[in-house]
Amino acid sequence: MSEPILKVNNLSKRYRLGAAEKGYKTFREAVVEGITAPIKNWGKLRRLTNFQNGNEEEDVLWALKDVSFEVAEGEVLGIIGRNGAGKSTILKILSRITEPSAGLVEMHGRVSSLLEVGTGFHPELTGRENIFLNGAILGMRKREIERKFDEIVAFSEIEKFLDTPVKRYSSGMYVRLAFAVAAHLEPEILLIDEVLAVGDIAFQKKCLGKMGEVAHEGRTVLFISHNMGAIRSLCSRAIWISGGKLVKNGGVDEVIRGYEEQQLGNVDDLSCVLNRNPLQIENQSFYFSRVMISDTENNNTNLFKYDDRIVLVCDFNGDPGDSFSPEFRIYNETHQLIATGASAAFHSKYFDRKVRQVKIVIGPLPLTSGKYHISLSVMVNYDRRDTWENAVCFTISECQPFARSWNIESHTDGVCVIKHTFSELAN
Amino acid sequence: MEKVTVPPVAAKPSLVIKPRKGWQVINFRELYDYRDLFYFLIVRDIKVRYKQTVLGGLWAIIQPLFMMIVFTLFFGRLAGVSSDGVPYPIFNYSAMVAWTYFSNAITSSSNSLIQESNLISKVYFPRLLAPLAPVVAFLLDFVVSFIILIAMMLYYGIHPTIMTLTLPLLVVLMMLTASGVGMFLAALNAQYRDIRYTITFLVQLWMFASPVVYSVSLIPEKYRLIYALNPMAGVIEGFRSALLGTVAFPTQMLLVSTLVSVVMFVVGIFYFKRTERYFADVI
Repeated sequence: MSEPILKVNNLSKRYRLGAAEKGYKTFREAVVEGITAPIKNWGKLRRLTNFQNGNEEEDVLWALKDVSFEVAEGEVLGIIGRNGAGKSTILKILSRITEPSAGLVEMHGRVSSLLEVGTGFHPELTGRENIFLNGAILGMRKREIERKFDEIVAFSEIEKFLDTPVKRYSSGMYVRLAFAVAAHLEPEILLIDEVLAVGDIAFQKKCLGKMGEVAHEGRTVLFISHNMGAIRSLCSRAIWISGGKLVKNGGVDEVIRGYEEQQLGNVDDLSCVLNRNPLQIENQSFYFSRVMISDTENNNTNLFKYDDRIVLVCDFNGDPGDSFSPEFRIYNETHQLIATGASAAFHSKYFDRKVRQVKIVIGPLPLTSGKYHISLSVMVNYDRRDTWENAVCFTISECQPFARSWNIESHTDGVCVIKHTFSELAN
Repeated sequence: MEKVTVPPVAAKPSLVIKPRKGWQVINFRELYDYRDLFYFLIVRDIKVRYKQTVLGGLWAIIQPLFMMIVFTLFFGRLAGVSSDGVPYPIFNYSAMVAWTYFSNAITSSSNSLIQESNLISKVYFPRLLAPLAPVVAFLLDFVVSFIILIAMMLYYGIHPTIMTLTLPLLVVLMMLTASGVGMFLAALNAQYRDIRYTITFLVQLWMFASPVVYSVSLIPEKYRLIYALNPMAGVIEGFRSALLGTVAFPTQMLLVSTLVSVVMFVVGIFYFKRTERYFADVI
């Protein structure tokens, strides 16, 4: 094995959180506070950069704690973890924006970081001027930018607006130009934070394609993303950071599996077994008392993938007086009705008045990634006896219906997935 | 896509990142490597300054010119302040040219890190470039307002003395002082925003501590060298003496001023380097 191009050794970083502000109770307190505030403020501001070693202080947050890993030359390493896990802190230290509190990093080669697209863009300057400014900010020399100028412009697709101030650009144009500059960096080590979460889908794909190209050119890339599809398709190895610590370091599939399993395990039981709020059922003779959401193997969960089945188990209370028939409605995040189901109306299925539990299996779900909620109601003799709005929520965490799609990420466009084919016709 | 030919790892420049403590050395090599960025930051400052204004670059003249008119009315006419034998307007304007540059440069420089906070927290570059760029960028305004000074000299028929040749040195001294103050205050400002509010009246007080509206001859001889501890006193007096020939060239004062200015620059740059490692965390 060759010498690693990047070596991270016991890297730690601490931040001081601002102390909570107190509210004043009386006028006197407010006045006293006002007078003594400068002294306190001074102490507080000074403490931002002063840390005591040894004894732990309570308002100190270790954003990273003893993280060590190595990256071989030409390797593309994915960094995954939840928000606030410390992923970006790693890249900030590696790109020398901030300094570690402890530990050591050794790197060989030119490093460029892309923590945000369009850093340093000035709204008043034209596209042309911003290409040069942004390029220089990202560490390119003027000659280098001049050499790549035409390529950058072509990639960004904004030729016509090159001499327009970027403040007049649409956000899409802005992002395209910004990414175009960044995409033409030629460092040996490239650090990228989730910058693909911008622009329209088509442009995201273009960016991802460009990144794949960069990765295959033999550059070393460290790539943060929440998009497991992108990580899978770009990276060979991944590290998983949680709470500032390195949890797992290994092959990309293995690490992602571990991460996803833990994410699923984190599902709150409370959100899978839902008891009815007593206030909603006052004076009702027959009603939903509880609903449970699980997968087909009876594991309580509200995280599903495209094509999964949802199992709802509804408990009823009271006496309907006659046979009854439940119904459900699925809404998306924007409260758009996606689908409905009804036992009587659709299936001529009625339940005996003595039945206390009904199981509903919904699926396979043709839904795109996103959050959904289900409302339940129950009919007795054409009369809607009880409606439980937003009874239960679920999330489609992954939607990759097409085997050979670009793996950009879960499909989020549209409300559902319709299978289709393309083929050419001979004329 | 062609493969990039990558030299063996050992041959590449290596970089070690670890916690630093105390005073830092200045990496001139790196500053030189980033000269293109410095150039673009200066160009941006200049291009952006008068964008979407009607008068554009004229603002560079309006500021010192109107100040001069106001001061001429109040100090020259009403208070009758002595102007060393030249008309008060040109007496004042010759100082105003330098003073306007200096006050703009230190204000802009002190606020530079906050202004660029987005850059500081998202990308690496030698932080020193941020406070230094405005110090250079305002030179353009200085040159423009200087042209008016030349016009006024022609109008009043005042011939510059041979000491005008020292002008570039005076400009360097003025820039050196502005950089020192700018770097120091910018670094403080990153952590203590009080500086932002302090700067406004610091500039005002400093102006009255410098011979802008009055003449150095008001200061008793024996206190002159103490007075010259303010580097701008030396610079402005140098300007007047060289261009207007009002008094003998203040060599002694300038020596003191230069010394103080160099000290300010050194203190500024080292304080900046010492504190820059946590800019991104506190800004």
